[in-house]
Amino acid sequence: MIQKLDSKIPDGPLENKWRNYQIKSRLINPTNKKKLNIIVVGSGLAGAGAAATLAELGYDVQCFCYQDSARRAHSVAAQGGINAAKNYQHDGDSIWRMFYDTLKGGDFRSREANVYRLAELSSPLIDHYVQQGVPFAREYGGVLVNRSFGGVQVQRTFYARGQTGQQLLVAAYSQLYKMKRAKKVTIFARHELLDIVRIDGKAKGIITRDLVNGKLKRFAADAVVLATGGYSRVFRLSTLAIGCNCTAIWKAFKRGAFFAAPSFTQIHPTALPQTSAAQSKLTLMSESLRNDGRIWVPKRKDEPRAPNEIPEKERDYYLERRYPSFGNLAPRDIASRAAKERIDKGYGVGRLKNAVYLDFKHAIERFGIDTIQDRYGNLFKMYKKITGVDAYKEPMQISPAAHFSMGGLWVDYELMTSLPGLYAIGECNFSDHGANRLGANSLLQASIDGYFILPNTINNYLVNILEEQQPTIEHPEFEKVESEVKKHIDRLLTINGSKTVDHFHRELGKVMWQECAMSRNKKGLESAISSIEEIREAFWTDVKITGSAQEMNPELEKALRLADFLELGLLMCTDALQREESCGAHFREEYQTKEGEALRRDDTYSYVSAWEYNKGNFELHKEALTFEHVQPAVRNYK
Amino acid sequence: MKVTFKIWRQAHSDAKGEFKPYEVNGLTEDMSFLEALDHLNEHLVRSNEKVIAYEYDCREGICGQCGLFINGRAHGPHPHMTTCQLHMRSFKNGDTIIVEPWRAKAFPVIKDLIVDRSAFDRIIEQGGFISAQTGTAAEANSILIGKKVADKAMDAAACIGCGACVATCKNASAALFTSAKINHLNSLPQGHQEANKRAIEMTAQMELEGFGSCTFTGACEVECPERIPITNIAEMNARRTKAKWMG
Repeated sequence: MIQKLDSKIPDGPLENKWRNYQIKSRLINPTNKKKLNIIVVGSGLAGAGAAATLAELGYDVQCFCYQDSARRAHSVAAQGGINAAKNYQHDGDSIWRMFYDTLKGGDFRSREANVYRLAELSSPLIDHYVQQGVPFAREYGGVLVNRSFGGVQVQRTFYARGQTGQQLLVAAYSQLYKMKRAKKVTIFARHELLDIVRIDGKAKGIITRDLVNGKLKRFAADAVVLATGGYSRVFRLSTLAIGCNCTAIWKAFKRGAFFAAPSFTQIHPTALPQTSAAQSKLTLMSESLRNDGRIWVPKRKDEPRAPNEIPEKERDYYLERRYPSFGNLAPRDIASRAAKERIDKGYGVGRLKNAVYLDFKHAIERFGIDTIQDRYGNLFKMYKKITGVDAYKEPMQISPAAHFSMGGLWVDYELMTSLPGLYAIGECNFSDHGANRLGANSLLQASIDGYFILPNTINNYLVNILEEQQPTIEHPEFEKVESEVKKHIDRLLTINGSKTVDHFHRELGKVMWQECAMSRNKKGLESAISSIEEIREAFWTDVKITGSAQEMNPELEKALRLADFLELGLLMCTDALQREESCGAHFREEYQTKEGEALRRDDTYSYVSAWEYNKGNFELHKEALTFEHVQPAVRNYK
Repeated sequence: MKVTFKIWRQAHSDAKGEFKPYEVNGLTEDMSFLEALDHLNEHLVRSNEKVIAYEYDCREGICGQCGLFINGRAHGPHPHMTTCQLHMRSFKNGDTIIVEPWRAKAFPVIKDLIVDRSAFDRIIEQGGFISAQTGTAAEANSILIGKKVADKAMDAAACIGCGACVATCKNASAALFTSAKINHLNSLPQGHQEANKRAIEMTAQMELEGFGSCTFTGACEVECPERIPITNIAEMNARRTKAKWMG
């Protein structure tokens, strides 16, 4: 089966691989490009970037999103910044160093060639965004400013206040509309993908539901690109937008695309803590705050005093204590686990004792309030709006929350999934982050996949199908898939049980958070699998959805998404159970060092787990990870 | 905590709408306003009624998708805040809260509290971008932009496209939205090449969409979650006038 997992890494030394690929890649002349149409699902940085760039190249593009406008995609919410190996700070940065930091940050569970390409293309990406009018932060003299992020010791993060994702997304969205005006892109907002159509073993189209009137629609294309983001809403409470879902990648999985490293999900250390059971969302506070904020808990359990009344010597700056060389800028997986350790031992703060302090007192004393305001003003404002507390005067309370999915559809070097003609870009693929993503690498990967890589690799597939007959929506396969979708919807609507969709989502979230988040073990994962089976069974017999399929029906939308999350949860637990080692965000309690750090087992688990769907069962394929240029080391941030 | 919501219900864009009262129990002050509506919707499902349709996505004030007219104000009682950031602690036990969709000719109601804001996208389509292809960029630091200019561009670029400015304006004018994009791009050197064309074409589209004219009441800047100031509109008008002379 191993031939199914050809990663297509090009020949040559690491630094020449991408160039060698491009030299050998086959081209399509402009007249023929016009005849080829491409579906892009999702309009975030990856989706909008790809759709706009493919349209510039001359392809006929259709772009879909479930939101009311392409500008809402969740890339918009990334706050802190985007990394690039520009070495503007003259602090010893280079492509090689960025490559190494990212590979190490991912605990050596990603491909060298992919990660090197990510670092290599980071610098031209900043040029690109500056050209698009992104108002990055600047020095008085007019040059670009950088700051640090977790897991690195150089300053390579570019930012636009605490709204970097928004600024990049608005740039990508405006490029998308530029190409709409040029009549090269058609945009379908409020359309949700419900299945993928596969003809003769290739992806040839999609079935969507028009969320305004409920109509099912068929779209045919020569290639389908998924750019549908992450799946951490499987935990229900997460930093993601409420609508973020796994449906597109899950349907792709069921149609033959492999799912890689599903259990590698990142828990972000600095979100706002949960305060009530009715909560629908955990708001992220950017990691950039850790540049100047210091994290601590009281040294005394159940400390009754307010934070400002606790003297210095009675505070435990636990990250600085445990990881003196990286301190508050330890990578996310490590910072989250360290917070969990303190909270579990009873040192947590806040009403539910589920938070730690993030304190700016020293930074304000050192740099002055104006500088701190300039750097993080909007984050402090946001904090005040949500909590009612002024963080210039007392420390923020923060807590770990489900955030990013390193796992996703398995893709080769060309970003094609194991289903020919189906591509996955941005967060919905597994590619570059290994078992843990470094801060400010997410906007980077989404953008690079969309703007730079896919437009240079998709031609290699399309050139071979130029002679093939164009697919049409009259093909019997479209008929078949559409009727399957319709049956799925009808089945949900006829259950007419007694409990709401949210009820089941809360149940699923509890199990996933308890057993498949920051800390995992065999017994817990096994019990999670049976609990999820039970919740799924109960969902399909007792869920109640009002309204019909032929109208705008937000409750039905939620139910369709949850039906897939319930299956994804099983795959995540299966994957976490199978991987008997700890690496990055995947921490198996059975495999830890004496100091409580992750214990990787390179002899047995140095591979990418790629799961195949087979009639309701999950079958594992392994893509061996070989390290030719870097020797995997024990990740040390002490 | 218990409140009574009076909520605009409208089955679809051509249907006649009306306010319907809903008494809601079991709320807490910690709940966000949207979580209170979620709570009501779960109750409606259990009572075999159709849920209320309202918009949201990120629920952290940045995507711009949420937007409700609450007790006569866009995004509720506080200035500079999105609906998703509003919490029930801003209301009192026993309050009656009136919830309407954005009201503007250019934002037709789709269902209940959801309106169609695609007019904003069409304004952006008429020049809210820089016409440069992927792959053509020069080295980033070869374009120097002073901090003041960059900061000012960022102030305007912060617009989240929620439409509160239109909803709160008695003329339903989209001048604040349109000016924010024009000023963001026109104040940067990258945007200079197309500055005049942009100012003319985007404002023309704004009028075509049926938004009203700006009469400088200043209502928009009070509600704008990103505090985009009304001086942007004056700047846009100056840019358009200049563009018309210069061609």
